[in-house]
Amino acid sequence: MSAQVCEELLVAVGRNRDRDAFAALFAHFAPRLKTYLVRIGAGGEMADEVVQEAMLVVWRRAETFDPSQASASTWIFTIARNKRIDALRRVRRPQIDPEDPALVPDAPKAADEAMADSQRADAVKRVLTTLPEEQASLLRQAYFEDKSHSTIAAESDLPLGTVKSRIRLALDKLRQGLQKESI
Amino acid sequence: MQHHLNDEYLMDYAAGSASQPLSLLVATHLALCPECRAKVAAYEALGGALLDSAAPSAVAPDLLQSVLDRLDEPTAPESRIRRQPQVFDETTRRLIPEPLRSHLGASLDALAWSSIGRGVHQVELDIGGAEGFKTRFYRIRGGCGVPQHTHDGSELTLVLGGSFSDGIGRFGRGDVSIADGDVVHQPIADPGDDCYCLAITDGPLKLTGPVGRFLNIFMRY
Ligand SMILES: [Zn+2]
Repeated sequence: MSAQVCEELLVAVGRNRDRDAFAALFAHFAPRLKTYLVRIGAGGEMADEVVQEAMLVVWRRAETFDPSQASASTWIFTIARNKRIDALRRVRRPQIDPEDPALVPDAPKAADEAMADSQRADAVKRVLTTLPEEQASLLRQAYFEDKSHSTIAAESDLPLGTVKSRIRLALDKLRQGLQKESI
Repeated sequence: MQHHLNDEYLMDYAAGSASQPLSLLVATHLALCPECRAKVAAYEALGGALLDSAAPSAVAPDLLQSVLDRLDEPTAPESRIRRQPQVFDETTRRLIPEPLRSHLGASLDALAWSSIGRGVHQVELDIGGAEGFKTRFYRIRGGCGVPQHTHDGSELTLVLGGSFSDGIGRFGRGDVSIADGDVVHQPIADPGDDCYCLAITDGPLKLTGPVGRFLNIFMRY
């Protein structure tokens, strides 16, 4: 499903409480969320439970989804990430409060941002498939296996500096690929 | 602001693998730093792309139906519960952004400070979910400093008010100092306002100066 379609479905849920749109989002994301949650350490039944909780949050907060801030898949990823931290650590993940008067606000977004977030999301996905397996697997460990840079280093018997530079290589490759796509 | 968080900390935070104390420090820096916020958004976008390209796994066949059945459940007004009555004075609200403010739980003047040397006070914060980490909030009077020390692990310090200097540089509001195990450093608050900072360590401090070595025997840092 393209990022554009996901975005339209999510906006329809937010604006019109559209149940068919929600079911379509569920069909696409629930099985992927399950893969994410199982790999990150939630057992099968618990994974289904967290998928359910995350999709309920998607329904309830869809109104607050802002396509100019993030793509639908990114927005859903952050919900699932927070839900599994709440569920596995039993504590809330520390986050900024966008309403806090002490928060230093963003500078206004540059008008010439090369791509819309949904276009960028598709581009990132395409470029991901071009990464060498060694690099792609590092990124999956970082995001899907709850492994911080230092944990990856300890488990793979590599110096932290090596892990950092390999991840940096992968990110550089992503960046270059994205630049090529946006020309 | 001159001293930002390294990318690996921002990525760990975006991926959700950063420990609770580290997440608290990162998020509090993010409240003061739009630049690092933008980087975290980019790392979250990478998470979104990885999720979107993950191989699907079968969920329980009735899972969609049970979610649909729950869509109309009334929800607890989360945001109202979270917004407690104002327990913080004006200075605290101005100086300490969320999420740190809620974790302190009281105004700066009302915290349970304990003195750990001339002009230096600390409170230890219980963040939860964080074995091996120490999370401390310091108030250092201008001109005073934490005794010279090294660490077994690394120490990250985020400045909220005032500023301090250590042999490496000068750190003001929003700046993060990152000291690895082998760095010997002695942060000294610059003259002027009290310096408030949040510090997390993932190993016990080892005091190294002549006074420090002496203090080390008495203080469980
Ligand atoms: Zn920053």
